[in-house]
This record gives sequence, C-alpha cells and structure tokens, in this order.
Amino acid sequence: MSTQPEKLESDSQNESGSKVLVVYLMAMPDTPELAQAAVEAGADIIEIGFPFSDPLADGPVIRRAGERALAAGMRTARCLEVLAETRARVSVPLILMTYASIFDAHGWERLEREARAAGATSFIVVDLPADVRPELRRVQLVAPTSTDARLKLAATSTDGWLYLVTVTGTTGVRPELAPSLAPLAERARAVTDVPLYAGFGISTPEHARAAAELVDGIAVGSRAVEAAQEGPAELARFVGSLRGALDALAVA
Amino acid sequence: MSLTYGVYGGRYVPETLIPALDELEATWAELRDDESFRAELHHLGTTYAGRPTPLTRVERFAPEQRMYLKREDLMHTGAHKLNNALGQAVIARRLGKTRIIAETGAGQHGVATATVCARFGLECIVYMGSEDMRRQAPNVERMNLLGAEVRPVEFGTRTLKEATSEAIRDWIANVDTTYYLIGSCVGPAPYPEIVRELQRVIGREAREQILQLEGRLPETVVACVGGGSNAIGMFYDFIPDEDVRLIGVEAAGAASLGTGRPGVLHGARSSLLADEDGQIMDAHSISAGLDYPGVGPEHAQLRDTGRAEYLPCTDDEALAAFHRLCETEGIVPALESSHALARALDCDVELVLVCLSGRGDKDLAEVLDYESDSGTEPDSSTST
Ligand SMILES: Cc1ncc(COP(=O)(O)O)c(C=O)c1O
Repeated sequence: MSTQPEKLESDSQNESGSKVLVVYLMAMPDTPELAQAAVEAGADIIEIGFPFSDPLADGPVIRRAGERALAAGMRTARCLEVLAETRARVSVPLILMTYASIFDAHGWERLEREARAAGATSFIVVDLPADVRPELRRVQLVAPTSTDARLKLAATSTDGWLYLVTVTGTTGVRPELAPSLAPLAERARAVTDVPLYAGFGISTPEHARAAAELVDGIAVGSRAVEAAQEGPAELARFVGSLRGALDALAVA
Repeated sequence: MSLTYGVYGGRYVPETLIPALDELEATWAELRDDESFRAELHHLGTTYAGRPTPLTRVERFAPEQRMYLKREDLMHTGAHKLNNALGQAVIARRLGKTRIIAETGAGQHGVATATVCARFGLECIVYMGSEDMRRQAPNVERMNLLGAEVRPVEFGTRTLKEATSEAIRDWIANVDTTYYLIGSCVGPAPYPEIVRELQRVIGREAREQILQLEGRLPETVVACVGGGSNAIGMFYDFIPDEDVRLIGVEAAGAASLGTGRPGVLHGARSSLLADEDGQIMDAHSISAGLDYPGVGPEHAQLRDTGRAEYLPCTDDEALAAFHRLCETEGIVPALESSHALARALDCDVELVLVCLSGRGDKDLAEVLDYESDSGTEPDSSTST
C-alpha cells in the first residue's frame, strides 16, 4: 500500500457541500498576497505554477505569464520561497504545478521534499503521463482523448481528485465551455469515485456553473492569471464571482 | 521497440497526446517489418526521390585524404529530410489522417513535408520561427508554392525551438484529425525510432557503396548534428563495425551534446542546452537547421557509451568549408553540412565518409549577408 498523505486533497471540499474552486497563479513575488486574496474570496485550493521556458500545454496567457516570471527571476529556489511565503498566509491545499524539466533538473525527490517542506500538499506535472514516475504522488490529468483504460490508471494513482482537462487543447480562455467535458465526466464517473474537478478554458461564472453541474469542482487558470495581473482586488472580485456562481448552484 | 535509450528518450507529453502516441506505436510496430510498406518506400525512393544517392570522391577539397561525400544534397528537394517525410506521410495515410503539421528550422523539412503533402493530396501546415523565415526566405517561397501554409512563430527565440513547441500545441488541439510529421529523431517515443529507421537508408547505401569502391570500410564517418537525423541515419549501420569512428559535428553555439546537460524538452529526455534549473537556453548558429538546444535521445546514449563522438564547429569554420567545397568541387553544400565538412578535413585518417546532408541554395543570401556584416572573407583556398 502506498502511504496516504495526512490530508487528501479532497478534504478541501467545503463543509457546505458546495463545489470546489481551484485557482491557478503563476509564481511571482506577489503570489502570497494574491493567493490570500483569492482564498478570502472563496478559493478552496491554490495551484502555484513554477514557470518553464517551453510550456507545451499552455496557451498564450500562461506562456506569457511564465516568460514574465522567468524575467523576474522566478527560478526554482525563488519559487520555493514564494510557496513558503504563501503557506504562511493561507491554510488551504497548495499544489505545485509545473513541467518535468523543472523536476528533472532539481532532482525529483529533492523537489518533492523541499516543496512539501515549504507547504505544498500535492503536485501536478503537466507533461508526465500517469504511468511514468508513479512514486511522485500527484494529481493526475485526463483528457477527452484518454481511453477508459487510461482514465482508470489515472484515477487509481491520483492524489485525492482527478483533473479533467475539458478540451482537446492547451490552456486558455475560451468563449464556451467545451462540449467534450460532459462525455468525459460521464466516462470518468463510470470508472472511479474520486472527486472530479474540471479545468482548461473555464473563465466565466457561466462556465463555472455549467461545468459544476457535471463535476465536483472547477479549476481556473488563464483568466485568473489575467485577473491577478490587475492586482489582489481584481483577483478577489473575479474569484468572488466564480464562488457566487458555484454557491448559487449548491442552493438551487 | 525501444521507447527509451538508456536514461534518455521516453514520453514527456500531456495526457491528451498519449493515445495518439500509442496508436502510432502500434501502427509503426506493424509497418516496420511489413513487406508492402518497405516496397512502397523503395518505390517512392527510386521513382520519385532520387535514391540511391551517389558517393562522390572529393580530391581537390581534401587532397590529403580519400574523402567521399554521401550526396543527400542530390535528393529531390535538396536534403535528406525527404527520406523521413515520405515515410511518415505513408504512415499518416495508413492512420487515416488528412491534416499534416510540421516544424521547420532551415526550411528543408518544411519543404520536404510540403512536397509529400502535395504528392499525396494532404493539407499541410508548417510552423517556422520568424527569424528563420527571414534567413531561409527561399524555402518559405517554396513551401507556399507547394500549397503549404507557413505559420510564423513570433515569440521566444523565433527559431526551431519555438516552432517545435507551436507544432506540438497545434497537435494537442487537433490530434483527432492531425498527424505530426516531426523533422528529426527527437520528440516523444516512438518518433526517434521512426525517424532513425526512415533515415537509415543513408548509411545502408553508403556502406555498400564504399565497400564496392574501396573494398573496405572507412576509418571515420562524419555527419552534422542538429536534431540528429542525418547523423543517426548515416551512423546506424556502422555501429556494429567497431573500428569505424563515428563523429557528429554540432554548431559550437548549439552543442547540446558537447556542452549540454540532461533535461526534458519537446517530449523526450535528452542532453540539452539548459541551465541548472531546467530552463532551456537559446542556441546560436548561422545555420538555422543546427540552431536547436536539443538533440535526439539516441545520440545522447551514443555519446555516453562512447560509440560516437561529438565535436563543435564554429560559424566561421563552417563558412570556410562551405566556400572551399564550392570552389574546389563545384558543389554548394548546405551550411548545416558544411559543419561536417570542416571537421572531416581535420580527421587525421585516410578514408573518410561524410554525409553531405543537403545543398546550399537556400543559404546564399544568409552567407552573403553574414560576410558583408562581419567584413570577413573566409579564406578557404590558400591551404591547398
Ligand atoms: C541540410 C540539412 N542538414 C542537417 C540538418 C539538421 O537536422 P538533422 O540533425 O536532423 O539531420 C538540417 C535541418 O534543417 C538540414 O536542412
């Protein structure tokens, strides 16, 4: 048996039974303050992106945010400091989200250890398929193209919840919620009981609401990164609007 | 089939692509030993692409040695890239894909891909860094003429690294309909193996030809290394010939094997130009086809085991070899291949075989530009 982490990511399901809201922020010097604003406005989980020079799974918004972060000196050691500073301000789960190259260079076990010491509760490695390095316990991603066998594989090894990529595509703001989410959620539900949170392309309260009708939580990336660039007040306003949409659903 | 090469290779891609790679792997496993597939490739090679390509002895270029060039520059479209593009187009058709995407640096792979797409009636989109579009303008025109759409990549280095990332992003978004026709022995498994097998024809022919002409194997085999496809194709059938030295030549400013470290880029673990945090660094080379911070994983393994050596060559050394081959043999080599020529000249052995991976028509403007900017007139003829 693998050792269970003290706290499963799904423990963050808020008491009201409302849907879980995950907010992505690119690691920057002001991330601790932004994360606090997001949590106070209703975020249940924060993902902190460690930038990578060649982010294959990201569209223009997060790619540019990564370029800015690297220009601002956000290398691994500095990102870990930001993670620790964020942990000092918020008590929700913090997920380090990055690419394999960052782990490979720092050392897989070393980065896991140092990130946990800094307050990370789990990991997402965007370009590390579920069957590679299972010893790094992490939140697994599945996509509309995933076969049922791969859905099962990811669900068995995932850390608390399964990340459903709503679209066949990269991260980025999209006008509509992808129609591919519904069939993916249905297929995932058929093979696992772990909570399902959907992300990629979710950028408005309407999307949040529509997605939350299908799954247990949502993750917001590109639009949150844009809002964060406007400062904590704008981020709080945006996160609050998503929280409102999710809570309205719980009441309805 | 091997998905890894020692500690290199593998599949570092978003989950979205894994089912497509599994499908490609299964199809490739069927095709690689399939008689009808081989026959189709052989037919295309001999009736369309100009295979076999000759070996040319270059006595005036290399008076101290017995040097032979494997003339991939005489392939249709002017470089070895067509060997790979033709083979992968056949695979794409077997997979039922109708939309083809590719990345290109020097534009030779883009031209080869546009060519096979025209020939087979497939939609073709080529990603190319805007800096490379500038320095390899004739190839952009050729791709347009062949009916391909060239999409400029305007961010980052504006060269092959970013073009490859954008092609992979396109593939992630359109994987249901689209085949990614990768241009070198890089990328997630099974691409490095597919590209090697399709380029092996270079070394297979050359080995037979030199045995016929000289009655013995060469002491040294030399090829330039960008992603590494012409080199792996040239080297592979010589690997069991332990007395044959294999030398890959990298651009000095893009020496992923010579000065790189292990890292992950574009779907595979290999030796890369990267910093200690795993951030990929910029490569620099006058030759767009070598201007890439990564290299195929199998070369990283060949370096580690010592079976192949990898040497650097500067822009100026490559230019001098470029001029020298033009003037002494009437052959205009690609700037990429000129790197191999430069290092082959210093090999202190008698019988040398060099892969002349492509012709240099595409490079004329860039060479003239560089020389008028730097005020250099490379001195190529005095040493003979
Ligand atoms: C003529 C020629 N040679 C060599 C290369 C380098 O590629 P590879 O190392 O994959 O052979 C290129 C790439 O564009 C090329 O055009």
